[in-house]
Amino acid sequence: MKTLLDPPACPPLGLRPMRVHEAGGRGRRSFALFQAARHPGPLVWITPAHLPEQPLPAGLPMGVAERLHLLRPVGETDLLWCIEEALRSPAVALVIAEPQQPLSLTAGRRLQLAAEAGRTTGLLLIQQDGGSAASETRWQCEPAPGPEDSTLHHWQLNRNKRGTNGDWMLHWDGTTAAFHLVSEAGKRHQPADPAR
Amino acid sequence: MALADARAICPDLTTRPADLAAEATALAALRRFTGRYAPLVTVDGADGLMADISGVPHLFGGEAALRDDLQARLERAGLHAQSAIAPTRGAAHALARHGGGILPEGRLLEGLGALPVTALRVDQATAEALSRMGLTRIADLAHLPRAPLARRFGPGLVLRLDQALGAQAEPVAAPPEAPHFGVRMTLPDPIGLQSDVMAGLDRLLDRLCAQLAAHHRGARRLRLDLRRVDRQASQIEIGLARPMRDPARIKALFAKGVEEVDAGFGIDALRLSAPITEPLAPEQIGSTPAHQADALADLLSSLGNRIGFDRVLRLLPSDSLIPERSFTLAPAAYSQPAPSPTHRTRPAILFPPEAVTATGHPPVQFRWRRMQLTTLRATGPERITPEWWLEDPTWRSGLRDYWRIETRQGPRLWLFHTPQNPGWYAQGEFP
Repeated sequence: MKTLLDPPACPPLGLRPMRVHEAGGRGRRSFALFQAARHPGPLVWITPAHLPEQPLPAGLPMGVAERLHLLRPVGETDLLWCIEEALRSPAVALVIAEPQQPLSLTAGRRLQLAAEAGRTTGLLLIQQDGGSAASETRWQCEPAPGPEDSTLHHWQLNRNKRGTNGDWMLHWDGTTAAFHLVSEAGKRHQPADPAR
Repeated sequence: MALADARAICPDLTTRPADLAAEATALAALRRFTGRYAPLVTVDGADGLMADISGVPHLFGGEAALRDDLQARLERAGLHAQSAIAPTRGAAHALARHGGGILPEGRLLEGLGALPVTALRVDQATAEALSRMGLTRIADLAHLPRAPLARRFGPGLVLRLDQALGAQAEPVAAPPEAPHFGVRMTLPDPIGLQSDVMAGLDRLLDRLCAQLAAHHRGARRLRLDLRRVDRQASQIEIGLARPMRDPARIKALFAKGVEEVDAGFGIDALRLSAPITEPLAPEQIGSTPAHQADALADLLSSLGNRIGFDRVLRLLPSDSLIPERSFTLAPAAYSQPAPSPTHRTRPAILFPPEAVTATGHPPVQFRWRRMQLTTLRATGPERITPEWWLEDPTWRSGLRDYWRIETRQGPRLWLFHTPQNPGWYAQGEFP
C-alpha cells in the first residue's frame, strides 16, 4: 500500500533523493560518475588528501567537470565533517565521498539526517566490508569484460531499505547519462523478501 | 652624497637599501595621524606631509603650541621630524627643509630671503644655472623683473617663486580618504559568555555591513579582535568564498572561532574589520539562481574556514597534452568554473604511474595492484612526448605510448610503455 511516508519513486539505477547510499567494488567510481551525470546541479567529491586517485576532467562524463568541487580534507574526522556539511547545504545536488574507515551507526544516521535537512543525495564509496547499517541502499559495482566497442558494468543492488534488490548488466560508455541495459535479472520484479 | 664618498668619510657607516614601498606606507600612516591637526593633509614629495591648518591653530592654543604639540608627539613616537608653519605652501615646504620654524603672515620675504634657491622646488639644472648667475638666495631673485627671469629659466621658476611668496595660489589638495572598513565596541563591563560575544558581533556586523553597502563593496576576509580585561587579545579571522555583506551569513562562520576563544576574566572590547574587500554591486533579490549561488558560496566558505581554502578545489582545463598537466586544481573560492572538453580516449580516474609487471607488447598478461590481469583487447598506441620546455621529474623516462587495455577480469586500464626506457606503467582507469 502506498502511503504518504513513502519516499518519491526513483527510476531503476537511480538513487533515492534525500538519502545517503553506498557503493563498493572496483567499479564504484564509475558508478559515482554515472550518478553524477544524472544529477543536475553542483557536485561535491570528498576524498582524503593522501588518496592518489583523482578525476581527470577530459575523461569525465559531459558537463560533470565544471560542476564538480573537490574537497581534500586531512583526517577522517574532517572528512566526515565535510560530508555532513555538504549534505546539509541545499545548494548541492550530489555528495560523493570516499571514507577510509567503516562508518559507525551513529555517524551513518547523522549523515542521513543531514541529507534530509539539506534535501541532498549522498553516495559513499566504501572499502570492502566497510558498509554502514544506516545506509539506504548498497551497491556492488564491478566492471565487466564485453564485446568490441562496449563498456559493460555489472551493478548489483545488495541492500535496499525500501524496495527490492536488483542485479543489472548494462552498457554505459562514460560520456553521457544515457545507458543501455543488456539484460534484466529476474529478481527485479519480485516482491521484497518477507523474512527481512 | 654618493655611497663611496660617505664610506670614505665614515668607514664604519652602516647602510641599508631604501625600501620605497615601506616608506610610502609609513608616510601614508603618518598622514592619517596628521589628520588630527587639519582636515586637509596631503603627501608632499617622498618625505613630507603638507597640512592646511587655516582656522585650526586656536584650537591648540596658537600656532607655536600646535607645532610644539606635533613635535612632541612625533618625538614620543621615535620620529625625528622638521616642521614649519608658513602662510603659503611653497614657503612652508622651503622652511621645513631648512631648519623649520614659524613664519608670521606678511613677513614671508624676510623669512625666506636667506634660504638658497634650491628650497624653491626647482629642478637641479635651473638651480645650477641660477648659481652660475650669482643668484644663490631667494632674496636675490625676489626683486628681479619677472619677464627676463621667465625667458631665461622657463616659467617653472617664476611659478615656484610666486607660489612661495603668495602671488600664486597653491591649495593643499588632499586625496579622498580610502574607506576604512572597521568598527569597534567597548563595553562598560566585561563579558565572557559565547552568546554575549555573538550578540556583540551581531551589532558590529550590522554596522560594518552597512558601511560596506554604502561603498558597494563586499568583504572577502574579516577579522574580529577581542581584547580581554587583562590586556590579552585574541583574534578570529575568517575567509569568504566570495565578496559578501550579509550579516546573518557571515555571523554563522564566526561561530566556531568564537567557541574556541578563551575569555579569561572577560572581554571588554570588540573590534571587527574587513582587511580585504572587493567590489560588490547591489543585486536584485528574490531570484532562485542567486539563492543557489549564495548557498553554494556559504558552503564553500564554511568548508574553507575549517579545512583550508586550498583544499576546496575546482577542476579547470589547462592547455597541455600531458595528462597530469591537462587540468589544474584551483581553489574554488578564487576561480570560476570553466567547461572542459571531453575525450573518450582519456580515463576518468588518473593516478601517479604505477609500475606493472607485463609480458608481451602490448601486454598479454600483467600484474597490477596485486591483481593478475589478462588482456582482452588493447587499443593504441597513442604517443605523447614530454614537454621539453618544462622540467618534470615524472617524465624523465621520455616518450610514452599509451594503450587502453580492456581485461578479461573487468577493469579497463590506461597503460603506457616507455620505449626509451623500457617498462610498463598503469596511470588511469576508464569507467
